[in-house]
Amino acid sequence: MTTALLELRQISVSFDGFMALRDLNLSLQPGELRAVIGPNGAGKTTFLDVITGKLRPTAGDVLFKGRSLLNKPEHRIARLGIGRKFQSPRVFENLTVEENLALAVSHPKRPWPLLSAGLSAVERDRIAHLMGIVSLQQRAHQVAGSLSHGQKQWLEIAMLVGQSPDLLLVDEPVAGLTDEETDLTADLLKSLVGDHTVLVIDHDMEFIRRLESQVSVLHQGHVLCEGSMDQIQSDPRVIEVYLGRNEEAA
Amino acid sequence: MQLLLESLFNGVAIGSVLLVAALGLAIVFGLMGVINLAHGELIMLGAYTTYVVQLIFKLPALQPVYNAYVLVAIPLAFIVSGVVGILLERTVIRRLYGNPLETLLATWGVSLILQQFVRSVPLAYAAGLVLALVLGFSLPIILPDKLLEGPRARLVRAGSWLVSALAGVLLAGGLASQISRIARATSRNVDVTAPKWMRGGIELSGMTFPVPRLVIIVITILAVLGITWFLNRSVWGMRIRAVTQNRSMSDCLGISTDTVDVLTFGIGSGLAGIAGVAVSLLGSVGPNVGTSYIVGCFMVVVLGGVGNLFGTVLASFAIGVLTDLIGAGRLLSIWPSMPAPLASVVDFFATTSMAQVMVFALIVVFLQFRPAGLFPQRGRMVEA
Amino acid sequence: MLKAFQQRRWPLVIVWVLIIAAIVAAPAVVSGFGLNLLGRFLSLSIVALGIDLIWGFTGLLSLGQGIFFALGGYAAAMYLQLNSSSDEPNGIPEFFGLYGVDQLPGFWQPFHSPWFTLIAIWLIPALLAALLGNLVFRNRIKGVYFSILTQAALLVFFNFFNGQQKLINGTNGLKTDVTELFGQQVGSALMQRGFFWLTAVMVILAWLAVRWVVRGRFGEVLIAIRDDEPRLRFAGYNPTLFKTIVFAMAGGLAGIGGALYTVQSGIVSPQYMTVPFSIDMVIWVAVGGRGTLIGAILGALVINLARSQISTFWPEGWLFILGGLFILVVTALPEGVVGWWQAGGPRNLLTRLGVARRIGTYPRLEMDGKEEVQS
Repeated sequence: MTTALLELRQISVSFDGFMALRDLNLSLQPGELRAVIGPNGAGKTTFLDVITGKLRPTAGDVLFKGRSLLNKPEHRIARLGIGRKFQSPRVFENLTVEENLALAVSHPKRPWPLLSAGLSAVERDRIAHLMGIVSLQQRAHQVAGSLSHGQKQWLEIAMLVGQSPDLLLVDEPVAGLTDEETDLTADLLKSLVGDHTVLVIDHDMEFIRRLESQVSVLHQGHVLCEGSMDQIQSDPRVIEVYLGRNEEAA
Repeated sequence: MQLLLESLFNGVAIGSVLLVAALGLAIVFGLMGVINLAHGELIMLGAYTTYVVQLIFKLPALQPVYNAYVLVAIPLAFIVSGVVGILLERTVIRRLYGNPLETLLATWGVSLILQQFVRSVPLAYAAGLVLALVLGFSLPIILPDKLLEGPRARLVRAGSWLVSALAGVLLAGGLASQISRIARATSRNVDVTAPKWMRGGIELSGMTFPVPRLVIIVITILAVLGITWFLNRSVWGMRIRAVTQNRSMSDCLGISTDTVDVLTFGIGSGLAGIAGVAVSLLGSVGPNVGTSYIVGCFMVVVLGGVGNLFGTVLASFAIGVLTDLIGAGRLLSIWPSMPAPLASVVDFFATTSMAQVMVFALIVVFLQFRPAGLFPQRGRMVEA
Repeated sequence: MLKAFQQRRWPLVIVWVLIIAAIVAAPAVVSGFGLNLLGRFLSLSIVALGIDLIWGFTGLLSLGQGIFFALGGYAAAMYLQLNSSSDEPNGIPEFFGLYGVDQLPGFWQPFHSPWFTLIAIWLIPALLAALLGNLVFRNRIKGVYFSILTQAALLVFFNFFNGQQKLINGTNGLKTDVTELFGQQVGSALMQRGFFWLTAVMVILAWLAVRWVVRGRFGEVLIAIRDDEPRLRFAGYNPTLFKTIVFAMAGGLAGIGGALYTVQSGIVSPQYMTVPFSIDMVIWVAVGGRGTLIGAILGALVINLARSQISTFWPEGWLFILGGLFILVVTALPEGVVGWWQAGGPRNLLTRLGVARRIGTYPRLEMDGKEEVQS
């Protein structure tokens, strides 16, 4: 188990008595692509909040490269190599596309170097390359606030990739995207696997299927089962969760 | 023991003034997210209302019931400040929901205007203006719908405003001619004389409790109970809470969010008016009387936590007791054998203004441990 | 400048030449009193630049800049008082005698040194700002809470300075116009002319410094903080540190402005730490245009000139105008005059008229709430 990149051990989170996560165990191997699905309220976003340090678990431990992430502030966790894309796109609306990417790509993230340092040639290339991938070259100097929803989604994905984290946590990357864009996003994420470890959360079953990855099903705050998409879909427990008493299907 | 009781009473007295002043602010801030820097000026309006009411009760015709003027002043102050608050909400604040910092600046502008207003406009005319506004706003509500929806609706509306204006002019003229003291504008401070029954103190087991302080405590208790009942038990209170929690959903359920805004802000402002009555009983009333309370009120809200009346109550009394303990140097009398260096520190802070310095420092230290105040809002918030 | 010519930016060069000419010639054209006013207002525009840095760019609305302004003023005044009190009994400033103090309080001692004073003028306010700011920022107290706390801090400092006669002459403040510097009386016409030029140069230097800060990548981080601070954390930045630094910078600028203001107004007193004065500073920036540095400078100049003019012939009217200005700029002209101009405002004037911004909910509250769950 020491080879795992990320390991969640017995994580519980309680909001005033409501258990958003309980005894959640999950581990990711380096270079893995993992999809997490689950009905509304299963604790998917809470679980990302715990990993990225936004929320402190009531019990349990999170290990990244063998080190505990508990009690570390968000920016330290990010610098350790965990990047996150939010459910609804969150980009810096008053900065241009290029500046948004520069923020992500920039290596010095401390104030003093940033006062004087310009962008290095390598960083410039990277930004140009990223804009190429998400086809935003034309809008490099446009403020991000003026982009469409889909473009913002992609900009944020590009920012996430630009941060070049070891672990990418991607929360609903294709919400509001067209089918074509969804396919492109799936390809993009798949192309990252190997060098990076990627964890995707989504509702869109077609998208998850395209990822051809291991799937973990979250239900009421813990992992119900894990396996390939086909295994998952034939698992009676999953069917019950999605179609049975709990009718908020994905 | 007696020393402890006395300092407790003083602390509660200071705290209850803070509480009644901060109550409206806490409601408006907690429920609407509006930082109203003009709250102090609404308190000031309440204090001036008390002053005018008191002068009216000095007129020969009302002399026999002079002692009851405070009872009349309280509802009137509520109405005056409430109406000015509603006017403020309709004209300025409504455009700024969701931008607390902008609201803060705009309401500061309003507070400057109100301060200069009471300096430049004779109180008699100000009273007339307020009457005209109150009538103008309330006539369309009171009049039967038939009149307002009929073919001559416009005429009726115009007429009701005309009547209101006329009433205002009459009141202004009448006051100006009868009471010379408010016929001319002045920026000097004025004094509200307490009725006879409110002077002096009540002796109880060797201690004297000043009556005005007791009256303020009673007013505060009634105000807190009233507002708690209103928010938790009445239909409109429920609607207000509903809008606070989910505005668009409430809209869909047919709650008039516009009316809720007006009501919430009006009540918050009206409470400032009641605070004004209390403030006028304590000292002289001037255009700047509100400014001296506003920072303290904000400290109460910050310390108490937003959207929690109990937090507001507790924070007020905590600040009150602390201010009294430090400011009156009571720590020394409670613990006379204090080591000398500590004693000199305590002595250094033993004035009202230095106590404020200490209390602020304590609040900042407290916020290091509980950044969201005594009672932070909790719950699972959905990511937007 | 040569480069500017090559790039055909000669209008810019002309503007600079005009500005410098105006500064050099001002003492010859304007009366002594007018020059003094102008110099004071220019020092206020340094404060405004600091406010623009923290509010316009970073989104931190401080209502307590008066603290740092006054501290800079006090530092300068303490040096001047000490420098001119060798003939006084005990060799300490005269006012101490009124309260029976015959020994200089310890914290006055370092102000014997001109070099210490020159550093203290900006460093003490900056350090205090860093301390206050950090205490607030590290707990993620932000938005209006930050504003309220800065205002309370202002009141606290006012109380402190106002009440301590024996330490700092309390409510009377410290006079500087009768003190001496380089063998000249500070209030003399010659010295005042020097201070005017010094102030003008400092405004330009402050402008260049702030421009350097906001133009670079540091500035991009500041705007990102204003836009979405929590998001920035997940990109690996520590907003607390950035906010502490800019708040300290603004504090330092306020200190410099305060020192220059003090030597030109002839006195520093707790009046510089009143609540209204500090909020007024914000409106200079708001009217000029937050996020535009020229707007901050012009806003401070124009509003203060207007105040001094209007209060002479219509003293009652100024507060009405100022109050109206607050409401107007927030509701109708949020980007300020310069920002409005840069956004093509004059052209859009007609289309903009009657366009009302309506918000269906209290969105900021919901957003803030999201972060407050963390405690």
